[in-house]
Amino acid sequence: MAELAHADDAAIADPSLRHHFANSAQQLDAAMLGMWTFLITEVLFFGGMFTAYAIYRTIYSEAFASTSHYMNVILGGTNTAVLICSSLSMAMAVRSAQLSRYKTVVISLILTMIFGTVFLVVKYFEYSEKWREGLIPGIKFDTVNYHVPQYAHEAQILFFLYFAMTGMHALHMIVGLGLLTYLVVKARQKAFNASYYTPVEMIGLYWHFVDVVWIFLFPLLYLIGNRGPH
Amino acid sequence: MATLVHSNPQAAEEVNYLNVEHGWKSWLLTTDHKRIAILYLISITLMFFVGGTFAVLFRINLLSPEGIFSAETYNRLFSMHGIIMVFFFLVPSIPATLANFFIPIMIGAKDLAFPRINLLSWYIYIVGAVLALYAVVRGGVDTGWTFYTPYSSTYSNSYVLAAAFGVFVAGFSSILTGLNFIVTVHKMRAPGMTWSRLPLFVWANYATGLIQVLGTPVLAITLLLLAFERIAKVGIFDPRIGGDPILFQHLFWFYSHPAVYIMILPGMGVISEIVSCFARKRIFGYNFIAFSSMAIAVLSFVVWGHHMFLTGESMYTAVSFSLLSMMVAVPSAIKVFNWTATMYKGSVSFDTPMLYAFGFIGLFTIGGLTGLYLASLGTDIATHGTYFIVAHFHYVMVGGMVMAFMGGLHFWWPKMTGRMYSESWSKFAALLVFVGFNLTFFPQFILGYLGMPRRYHAYPPEFQVLNVLSTAGASVLGVGYLIPMIYFAYSLRKGPKAGPNPWGAAGLEWQIQSPPTTFNFDETPTVKEEAYNYGPLEEIVG
Repeated sequence: MAELAHADDAAIADPSLRHHFANSAQQLDAAMLGMWTFLITEVLFFGGMFTAYAIYRTIYSEAFASTSHYMNVILGGTNTAVLICSSLSMAMAVRSAQLSRYKTVVISLILTMIFGTVFLVVKYFEYSEKWREGLIPGIKFDTVNYHVPQYAHEAQILFFLYFAMTGMHALHMIVGLGLLTYLVVKARQKAFNASYYTPVEMIGLYWHFVDVVWIFLFPLLYLIGNRGPH
Repeated sequence: MATLVHSNPQAAEEVNYLNVEHGWKSWLLTTDHKRIAILYLISITLMFFVGGTFAVLFRINLLSPEGIFSAETYNRLFSMHGIIMVFFFLVPSIPATLANFFIPIMIGAKDLAFPRINLLSWYIYIVGAVLALYAVVRGGVDTGWTFYTPYSSTYSNSYVLAAAFGVFVAGFSSILTGLNFIVTVHKMRAPGMTWSRLPLFVWANYATGLIQVLGTPVLAITLLLLAFERIAKVGIFDPRIGGDPILFQHLFWFYSHPAVYIMILPGMGVISEIVSCFARKRIFGYNFIAFSSMAIAVLSFVVWGHHMFLTGESMYTAVSFSLLSMMVAVPSAIKVFNWTATMYKGSVSFDTPMLYAFGFIGLFTIGGLTGLYLASLGTDIATHGTYFIVAHFHYVMVGGMVMAFMGGLHFWWPKMTGRMYSESWSKFAALLVFVGFNLTFFPQFILGYLGMPRRYHAYPPEFQVLNVLSTAGASVLGVGYLIPMIYFAYSLRKGPKAGPNPWGAAGLEWQIQSPPTTFNFDETPTVKEEAYNYGPLEEIVG
């Protein structure tokens, strides 16, 4: 390492600069492009499920609308609000890191984690409600006594997609919470400042992405039914 | 050049990426792209021989019309052959080994943009491979490499979950490799290394990286939905609740058709390097070759429907996919014409890498042109699900990609190891591979045309002669692949020292010592000329 450091003048000052980059700007650029590329792969990952959703919703639009009534709009709406708040606190964390406000970074990150945890707890209650009502396709689904008998089959497709999509989303939230824990530990050591905040910014991008997925999931799963009396 | 074997004390002490550190830790915890490439090379070679063993077994089965194994065993043999060869050999073959090793050097960088992610991708690959091998050991999978529903989700009683999960995991290794290449090519180029000076091998792998990044996640979610469906016993591909099994095919081929270009584009990149070097001429039509790689990457995403001409697709969809599929022939042909034009009036020499390049051009052309037969709706109806298909994609993947991989390995082996291999043995092996390959797969075109369906363990007696020919060819091909293992291993200890540039080749990788040092360059080079600045041989070597 030593003989490399003096090859690049910029390398002397910055301990976070890795050996194979010429300077910090190149390193940040590479990290950001890498993260955006990764997010594109995430879009395509969820894209597979959104495609399936679009196709089945077109074929079974009535059944989907009827099934959507079983989604708990209150809990889903609460979660939407919670996630939007978490995005705000995450954005605050990134901005505070850029301004070297060490304490605000930690507080904003912890706030984000709290919102994320609330989301998952609410999700847990939603899932257990589905379990009690026997609305889990294949595992616990009462086709015979389903409230809307003519849709007893197609409804399972929406429930399957509901669990696959929100389940994958929740998994991403859990991964995000793990990443945030790492950030909090680092931020408490004052690792992030105006000249080095790449991890906060990158995990921030990831967190916003996961939030945006939910913004699509919520209306598509919860709000497609005609909300009149049924 | 010090090409002699004698022990020159100074040459022996030369520090390079291989001898800079010793011990298993220095390998398993390395972040050096060159060492990771070697790790990949060893892993995929092992998987290649595992997949090859299955091929040997089912070729033996097909020696007699009634077969030797039961239908169930036969199904598992060809399925495991396909799964291992496609996902654990062909997809990582050139990108994870040769490109991993040479992209940073070719663009004048010290490493890939994310060295630790590069190492992570190898570990992910190993986890995926272990899962797939676990499925093999427990008794294998019988769904074919395509995992079609509802058989895979509902009816198969083989180890679908383990194998599918192995492929799912290995996919992330592929995504990370592609992501690393994209960022590296964008951000890590040395001063003066403009986009129009990039070696075509880099262009090809950049295009491959785009496909890996855009396609693989779709395969991941498709296999995950399949796994959920298998666990829950119902799912969105299940016709009993109104699901559509053909949706699985659409999602699967949305990845897997682009994936066949993951399995050929890097090979095309290798051929561009080899042809230019051994014709001693600047590559003909640089821009056309570079952009044809990008065109193939783009087109690859809009042709998947040609796999479903017979499984359920509207006529208009089928016609569109048919036309789009034929369009892929245009950039592919551009490449073949440009390689040929590069050789025209060049000083062509017949070293081993060039022999493989010749093999590639010929076999890929046959594979590509028969692809046009299959893109035509009428012909596809007659040949769908026959050995014609099998022969077609083996001409592209084995005749194309494996040939290119072998060619690239022979081309860069002196750079990777610092040693030369036996010239006569390597030429002999290249010849065996070519003869063995054609003997194996050309009869399959005829078998398919005569109507022999693929994936059956038994066949009518009139097909026996051609099947015996095919099995005989497979034996020759097998020997052709085993011989390089021996002379490569031998060259590591006893091979003559190669020197920095045994072929007199252009390109940054030939201007540094063989094998390279850990950081490739003592000082970041500044590039002042176009790629492939070849003159007559005397000027460069002499």
